[in-house]
Amino acid sequence: MLITELSQIPGVSGDESRVRDFIKEKLSSWGIEHYTDSLGNLFALKEGKKNGSESGLMLSAHMDEVGLLVSSVEKSGHLRFYKVGGVDERALITKPVLVGPNDVMGVIGAKAIHLQKKEERKKPLKIENLCIDIGAKDKDDAERVVKVGDYVSFYSEAGLSGNIVKGKALDNRAGCAALLEILQRDYPCSFTAVFTVQEEVGLRGAIVAAYRIKPRIALVLETTGAIDIPEAKNQDHSTSLGAGPAFTVKDQSIIAHPRVLERLIEVAERQKRTYQFRRYGGSSTDAGAISLAGSGTAAGVISTPCRYIHAPVSMLLKEDWQNLVEITDAFIRSVYEKGLEI
Amino acid sequence: MLDEGGLLKKVNLHDYLRKIIQIDGVSGYEDNVAAFISETFSPYVDSTRTDNLGNLILYKRGSKKDAPSILFAAHMDEIGLIVTKIEDNGFLRFTSLGGFDVRTLPGQEVTVYGQKPVNGIIGFKPSYLDLDEEKGQSVEMKNLFIDTGFPREQVEKNIRIGSIAAIKRGFLPLLNNRCAGKAFDDRAGIAVLWQCARELVRIEHEAHLYFVATVQEEVGTRGAIVSTYGISPDLGIAVDVCHGDFPGAMEHEVSPLGEGAVVTVGPNIHPLMAKRLFETAEEYNLPCQRDVSPGPTGTDARAIQISLEGIPTALVSVPLRYMHTSVELIAPEDVKIAGRLLAYFAAGLNRSFLEELSCL
Amino acid sequence: MIELIKKLCESFGPSGRENTVRSLIIEELKKNGVDFTIDTLGNLIVTKESKESQDAKKILIAAHMDEIGLMVTFIDEDGFLRFTNIGGLLKNTLPGRKVVFENGTVGIIGQEKIKNTKELVLDKLYIDIGAQSHEEAKSKVKIGDMAVFLAPFSREGNRVMAKSLDNRIGCAVVLEALKKLLSFSLPNTVYFVFTVQEEVGLRGARPVAYRLKPDFGLAIDVTRVGDTPEPEFNTNVALGKGPTVKIKDSSVICHPQVTNLMIKVAENKNIPYQPEVLERGGTDAGAIHLVREGIPSGALSIPCRYIHTPAEMVDLDDVKNSVSFLSELLKVSW
Repeated sequence: MLITELSQIPGVSGDESRVRDFIKEKLSSWGIEHYTDSLGNLFALKEGKKNGSESGLMLSAHMDEVGLLVSSVEKSGHLRFYKVGGVDERALITKPVLVGPNDVMGVIGAKAIHLQKKEERKKPLKIENLCIDIGAKDKDDAERVVKVGDYVSFYSEAGLSGNIVKGKALDNRAGCAALLEILQRDYPCSFTAVFTVQEEVGLRGAIVAAYRIKPRIALVLETTGAIDIPEAKNQDHSTSLGAGPAFTVKDQSIIAHPRVLERLIEVAERQKRTYQFRRYGGSSTDAGAISLAGSGTAAGVISTPCRYIHAPVSMLLKEDWQNLVEITDAFIRSVYEKGLEI
Repeated sequence: MLDEGGLLKKVNLHDYLRKIIQIDGVSGYEDNVAAFISETFSPYVDSTRTDNLGNLILYKRGSKKDAPSILFAAHMDEIGLIVTKIEDNGFLRFTSLGGFDVRTLPGQEVTVYGQKPVNGIIGFKPSYLDLDEEKGQSVEMKNLFIDTGFPREQVEKNIRIGSIAAIKRGFLPLLNNRCAGKAFDDRAGIAVLWQCARELVRIEHEAHLYFVATVQEEVGTRGAIVSTYGISPDLGIAVDVCHGDFPGAMEHEVSPLGEGAVVTVGPNIHPLMAKRLFETAEEYNLPCQRDVSPGPTGTDARAIQISLEGIPTALVSVPLRYMHTSVELIAPEDVKIAGRLLAYFAAGLNRSFLEELSCL
Repeated sequence: MIELIKKLCESFGPSGRENTVRSLIIEELKKNGVDFTIDTLGNLIVTKESKESQDAKKILIAAHMDEIGLMVTFIDEDGFLRFTNIGGLLKNTLPGRKVVFENGTVGIIGQEKIKNTKELVLDKLYIDIGAQSHEEAKSKVKIGDMAVFLAPFSREGNRVMAKSLDNRIGCAVVLEALKKLLSFSLPNTVYFVFTVQEEVGLRGARPVAYRLKPDFGLAIDVTRVGDTPEPEFNTNVALGKGPTVKIKDSSVICHPQVTNLMIKVAENKNIPYQPEVLERGGTDAGAIHLVREGIPSGALSIPCRYIHTPAEMVDLDDVKNSVSFLSELLKVSW
């Protein structure tokens, strides 16, 4: 399955090359023309079946995931690190990681409970209290295989069991997988699919990608937090698993263009597909950057709801993702058939 | 006749460790680990039995009839979770079997043992939803939950209150042959016993040996209490793990990895047992460290010493970093050395040593 | 049975001073012509031998008689008493409560001024027995005397409220089951034991199990529920949904042989039951299962609200079902 395959690949913001190579290989094997820019964004040109029918449509999904960056190697051979993107540091403790281009295995250790004072246990651990242990005997030993500046990604096995998909980086490999799924289908119109970089550190890839493409309409395929957990009140759920893909009305970076949002709703209703609205107003997506590129773009966001994003293991439902693919598919066809007056 | 040489070669210690830590055996639910231990020890022991609480007792006869008997105890249980409540939406509330640092649990994967095992993730609330009084406080176990992804109806068909969940973690190979994973506390100790048993294939010993894989250590050395009573040995050695060195540790609380077995001294330990262990290490050139414990140790040794009429007891440990987490980290060479140390110690046991011990 | 419960709950029996409760139970046994013995620590033992087979299994049923209480440690010059706890007193339930001593002396728990409730520790509390002088106080109580809550038994519909339902309700259940089984020939030898000193560390059950060498142990005690507003613990256990089959508490991981048998019997006999994992708290099974070479043990609990407060609550259906459950359990071969 594309999502789980993509999930396994390390690709922290700024270090997306292995995800990009995986996607490139797929594109080449399907005979889809593609190129990259200097930041590492990957552009795929999907040819429409009807010649010359340029839709002015850009679809995008970010390839990067949150992770860590080695900041120093201690005398003992332990590695200190910075966060890259919004890693939930509470979920870092005692998790395995892969360090650097050669995937050196390491673990984020924690002081044994037996050695802690009662007060100590009540305080959350800060990133500066944590370090990565790769089993090195000392600094020199560690520096044979890792160096300052190496990227670090979570190590966790992706899995599919029935309807349930789990793994790291489902935000936003689920979006990449959906975009790849779309690219395998035939459409009457041409459009550009962009796999962006550095979303998690400030939508940085999308800024330049959109400037290059200057689309008229953009739809961003994302993965968003589902907070439908017992510790959150109903109004704080944002999205729920199993309620279909979520349409963004507003987040911290964008107010979705009403024409795009209306069309998403229209095609979802027509196809009788479940969908929901994202009910949390915070955090940003590439759509924010894209909407402001050049002279402005009508942009919207469709997301797969996902629990425990930005943590070592997240969880989503295949049916939600499948509905995202189908609604996106219908959206593209509808934009071609009916046009989309902005 | 068993091809003992062949068996010794077939599975190495590293493989043994890799296999044994991946078997789930939460306190009170050690059956699968016991089956593995029983099978892997069978070439080296004369008889095997299981007692009322599930302790696995592996007996290896010595060469002399009235020679002393010694109990080697390593616990086979690991800390784990147990379901206390099923929420309306199918999320599982839990409490622990053994001592967890709750801060290590968010985002951890587990295997929930319903009628069929299912995967789960320990879910937690995103920090932006924290109430003012929760800010700056670590998460509490009662606010965590296991998410299997299934709705309540499906959950209830498979899982009930009292279902066990084990921490899910593979074997993580690191530099220098070191490795990390869950349950090295105390499967590393079991591996020490296994190594010892293998060494004794070629070392003659007068003493009668009981290798005991104990249950329920993590909830209060419960297995050791009853198995020691049942065996009634002359001597006892608990084999466990001790805190390895890590950045920020107090030096006196930890023992460095890769520098051999650790022998504890203190009131829980018979001084002549410890002395004999150090002497044995020196005689056979085995690196050995000294650890100090000022009261009853947090190991099976605390139970063994005060069983019956009192049993001369020692504690041999393997240094381990990040104890009671899913990334416990050890250096396998320490396991090997500890196994050898026990084997040579066992080989040197006789009646006269036993008599020395009783005259303090 | 209601009368029995009322009598048991209203009687005096802190850990180590169980004689009044024991006498009540003995009275009840005598009424039914049942023989008994009492061991060194004060455990009350009723043995019902199996006549069916020589190698019948021996089962120890344990219900503790003792309750939590207070013990006088100091009498001040004005006649106020300072005290320590016997068992797990909840300090925030103490101020303003009436307590009673074995000789009938009644007192009120008073509280020194405190700035906030966090400062509420036992040192800030005292017992006022109405004495107007040190001498008057000394004439009524002495250091080392114990007291228990003075709280009347009440019934509202199907629920009863009383002090020390933990564990007089367990005693009542065992007594009722014992009476029901008198005319039966049982496949197992059963020791019905009313234990002492459970609340201070399961101290009575241990030597009695050592003495009797049973093959199995079963504690009858109360357990916490989660069916009240914002409960302290995550649990599905609720009043009125039947007795529980304990899986685990702080003192014991129940033996699967026992829990599986309990579940089988409950299901075969259509007795409602709830599986129970108690996060904090222990029971006599914790002591019994570690005796000698290990004794497979379990526990049947009666769901109870407000445990260790002066007013605990149980459901009468749960009580009746516990009696049937225990009786049926003892009619099958273990």
